[in-house]
Amino acid sequence: MKLPALNNKSERPAELNRREFFKSGAAVASVTLAPGVTLMAFGGEASANADPGKRWGMLIDVNKCSTDCNACVTACSEENGWKLDGNPETDPQWIRKIDLKHKETGREASLPMMCQHCETPPCVDVCPTGASFKRVDGIVLVDKHICIGCRYCMMACPFKARSFVHEEIEDQKSNAPRGKGTVESCTLCVHRVDAGRVPACVESCSATGNGAMMFGDLNDPNSEIAQALKNYPSMGLRDDLRVNPGVRYTNL
Amino acid sequence: MDRTVYREVKPTPAIWLMAVIAAAFIGAAGLAVLYIEHHGHIVTGMNNQIVWGLPHVFAIFLIVAASGALNVASIASVFGKIENKPMARYSGLLSIALLAGGLAVLVLDLGRPDRLIVAMTKYNFTSIFAWNVILYNGFFAVVGAYLFVQMARNISPKVVKSVGTAAFVWRLALTTGTGSIFGWLVARPGYDAAIMAPLFIIMSFSFGLAFFILVLGTTFPLTGRYIGPNLVKRLGRLLGVFAVAVLYFTAIRHLTNLYAAEHGDFERFILFSGNIYTKLFWIGQVLIGGVIPAAMLLRHAENTTKGQVILASVLIIIGGFAHLYGIIIGGQAFPLEIFPMYEVTSTFADGQINNYTPTIYEWALGMGGVALAVMIAGMGVVALRILPMNLSDRNIDPTEPDF
Repeated sequence: MKLPALNNKSERPAELNRREFFKSGAAVASVTLAPGVTLMAFGGEASANADPGKRWGMLIDVNKCSTDCNACVTACSEENGWKLDGNPETDPQWIRKIDLKHKETGREASLPMMCQHCETPPCVDVCPTGASFKRVDGIVLVDKHICIGCRYCMMACPFKARSFVHEEIEDQKSNAPRGKGTVESCTLCVHRVDAGRVPACVESCSATGNGAMMFGDLNDPNSEIAQALKNYPSMGLRDDLRVNPGVRYTNL
Repeated sequence: MDRTVYREVKPTPAIWLMAVIAAAFIGAAGLAVLYIEHHGHIVTGMNNQIVWGLPHVFAIFLIVAASGALNVASIASVFGKIENKPMARYSGLLSIALLAGGLAVLVLDLGRPDRLIVAMTKYNFTSIFAWNVILYNGFFAVVGAYLFVQMARNISPKVVKSVGTAAFVWRLALTTGTGSIFGWLVARPGYDAAIMAPLFIIMSFSFGLAFFILVLGTTFPLTGRYIGPNLVKRLGRLLGVFAVAVLYFTAIRHLTNLYAAEHGDFERFILFSGNIYTKLFWIGQVLIGGVIPAAMLLRHAENTTKGQVILASVLIIIGGFAHLYGIIIGGQAFPLEIFPMYEVTSTFADGQINNYTPTIYEWALGMGGVALAVMIAGMGVVALRILPMNLSDRNIDPTEPDF
């Protein structure tokens, strides 16, 4: 079996070797047999479905994002089972709305902020155990098996996109394993993407009629997102850091 | 020159009392850890904005001081100062004790301390944290070997010097690694600076020597042993130079930041906004931890008394703690600048100055680390021939000018 070439040593191959095959099988079995009990995933099994030819990304049109709309946040919360519980300082927030006002011109805008799924993610660089990792298709995840809860990735993330689980969690979703004492963030709804669907936030944004969020393969020149990026100006946040986010913004 | 005789310390009632107090603090830290692990970090003052809190201030202070506490031994073995040789064993022991105390705090604050074995077996070598795991473990081995060759019979001085040099190089690497934890954080305006590594090295020289003098100055009278005033004076003079060097590196760090418009807001926040970090900087770090002890130790250095040197050491430790609190907590309290030139608001404290109030559990954990270091050092001097019977001024090289 020939493994695909890796661009970055933190990336994981998409094809299964024997060890990963068994790990994957065991994980699927544990999810099936005892949901909610042994769901500590996002290791080899999450990598196995990644296609090295793709780079998943998102384009957000800030002009279409309404200040009073929170649909993407609600959808993410429901899809992945995290919720605001009255403790804004410690509650997890995989995605949040940010309202902006230019200090000089007074221009106002609103946009969703989540893990930017960087090409060279600082969180992956600093993680001592390799729990923070990037799939070959560009999705940045946390392997809950080996996260030790040091929070160095939270210090390193330029976008404050990560949350630490500060207390016991109940009613977990089987597609989004979480654990007290570990770090988590937007998974780009990897379970949906691997099933050929779009992330929950994008779906809900479309459902509102705003259509501010577009999801797709940045590597496919014929994809809608690649065409939009080619034809209209866009930017990544903190482009000065050269981390090349997979989430792009336009009209900002 | 006196012949140096090393003897185990007899556990007097005063030493037993210290051991009981240290054990109480360690016990309290253990309970705090169990409480935090049971309930989660929700019971601490740390949150999603201030992700590293008081335990990290204690831990990094102890780790930085650990490498600095080895100075006295390095000066003896590597740089050949014979007056320091009788103190070299204690210097090595104290450095191991401080590192153990600091690491204990660090790992017990992890979200999943039960997974420590993962940190020991899975390494991501782009992470300075992973390198530090190796540097910290290696430090125990290298300094342990250094202690062994100093204490074993019939070991050639050349071997001692070689192992001492290895320990000296290792400690420089270790502190470089500790400073780079912050220096390599590219996204935060309070960090992302190459000067962090040398700054941490000079901080370790200062804090470590201050800790060494303080512990030596209290252990000796407690055990009825004599220490010469000129020896203490000389250690004090060196400490004064280190304190000035810390001020210098601090000044360069902030001046460089002030020069860059992009870091202006952060510098105004730390230096001029009048908040807790401004007070900690000017009063704690600069005045109490820098200017006052430097003046005490360097102005009329020939007349400095033992008491003044010990007091200056205490001030440097207080200032050092303020310094690290400012770096670690102050650096996180200032918001990330994701959208320059924009005012930002969100449910996740974007654009806000982040608040942090440590709880009793964080204090207990941090103090437990200090107590653990004291306990290990104490057990070491009771069980091993670490401390000399006296530290006479006659060990000072008579050909060297006094001041």
